[in-house]
Amino acid sequence: MTYARRAWIIFYKDLLVERRSKEQTNALLFFCLLLLFLFQFALGPDRDRLAAALPGLLWLGFILAGLLGLGRSFLAERENDCWEGLRLTPGDKSAIYLGKLAGNCVLMTAVEVVLVVLFGVFYNVDLWTPAAPLALVLALGTIGLAAVGTLFAAMTTQVRARELLFPVLLLPVQVPLLLATVSATQALLLGQPLADVAHWLKLLAGADAVYVTIGLLTFEFVLEG
Amino acid sequence: MTRALGWLAALGLLAGLAAGFGYAPREAVQGNVQRIMYLHVPSVLTAYLAFGLVLLGSIAYLATRRPGWDRLAGSAAEIGVLFTGLTIVSGSIWGKPTWGTWWTWDARLTSTAVLFCVYVGYLMLRGLIDDPEARGRYAAVVGILGAINIPIVHFSVKWWRALHQPSTILGPEPSPIDPAIGLALFVNWVAFTLLFAYFLSRRIEIARLEEQT
Repeated sequence: MTYARRAWIIFYKDLLVERRSKEQTNALLFFCLLLLFLFQFALGPDRDRLAAALPGLLWLGFILAGLLGLGRSFLAERENDCWEGLRLTPGDKSAIYLGKLAGNCVLMTAVEVVLVVLFGVFYNVDLWTPAAPLALVLALGTIGLAAVGTLFAAMTTQVRARELLFPVLLLPVQVPLLLATVSATQALLLGQPLADVAHWLKLLAGADAVYVTIGLLTFEFVLEG
Repeated sequence: MTRALGWLAALGLLAGLAAGFGYAPREAVQGNVQRIMYLHVPSVLTAYLAFGLVLLGSIAYLATRRPGWDRLAGSAAEIGVLFTGLTIVSGSIWGKPTWGTWWTWDARLTSTAVLFCVYVGYLMLRGLIDDPEARGRYAAVVGILGAINIPIVHFSVKWWRALHQPSTILGPEPSPIDPAIGLALFVNWVAFTLLFAYFLSRRIEIARLEEQT
């Protein structure tokens, strides 16, 4: 079996399980809706203040959803003793990481798209004009979040106090991604052209490349346990 | 050997105190407050050294699986967090009279705070795993990612905002620091590095004894 095929099988399995159980998607979407309400209550009805805080709230929402969603990525394997199965997979273990990462990216993207649309409706923001560049920022941010999240999730699944440790490890590492995505989103929503945020996009792309590479290289050490 | 290192570090710190308070002149603009520098700058340099050793120990552990490398990484991380904490506290005390605030979200302050959080997370992870072998592997992965993330954090925060003076010692231009101040700083830096080496050898020894029981 080729490397790509093994990665694909993991990816397909994860999506199939999710499509049949809809465990995470439903809960995450509802969670995002609740977040929207809470942000609104926390900031009050003043529209200008909301508009100024919007990019930050949006990405905070994604990260919180990511904490919940990504943290669970290896739970099914652990609960049903499939961990042994993963470990017995022949060949390069990083294929598993790649498959899991792709699955997580799809799940996160689905949640994020719904969240963005809801934000647009609830806060009356024009998201259509900057839609294409915004999608690029969203994609780059999601890959970075999922790359570190998947790696750390595999690790913390094996550890006690998992729910606590996962955010404590993930959040500080995500600071550069949060700064870059929030700044870029802010500029795009203000109608600035994509060229104005090129440095942030480069940083995001660089960070993504670094995180995915580290994930691919170190995943086999995580899977051993 | 370790004991000798301890005495050497103590002597170095005494010399550092003498150089910082006695030999070095009073700074013209800031006055005596500037002398915090002799604690602040060596602390942060020591913290960088420590986190460099965490990266080295982590990579070497994954490559060789010798428990010694893991003990080095774990011990260095603990001392690194201590010195990063010292840097932040001494910086705050220095910032209040000179900048008028304990804390500001300036680029270098922010990246130091992020560094602190990353390695506190690293130590928490270590604390929650009992099996030394698994602890070593997981900690090494976090140690590597944390260290390689430092430049990314640095650039992102720099572009985000830029109050702290740029680095005077590590910068490319010849240092504009008064030679006497520079010398006092150097003495303190050597003393802190000796202190770090002493702490590290003691901590590694303790880690080794812990694993025996």
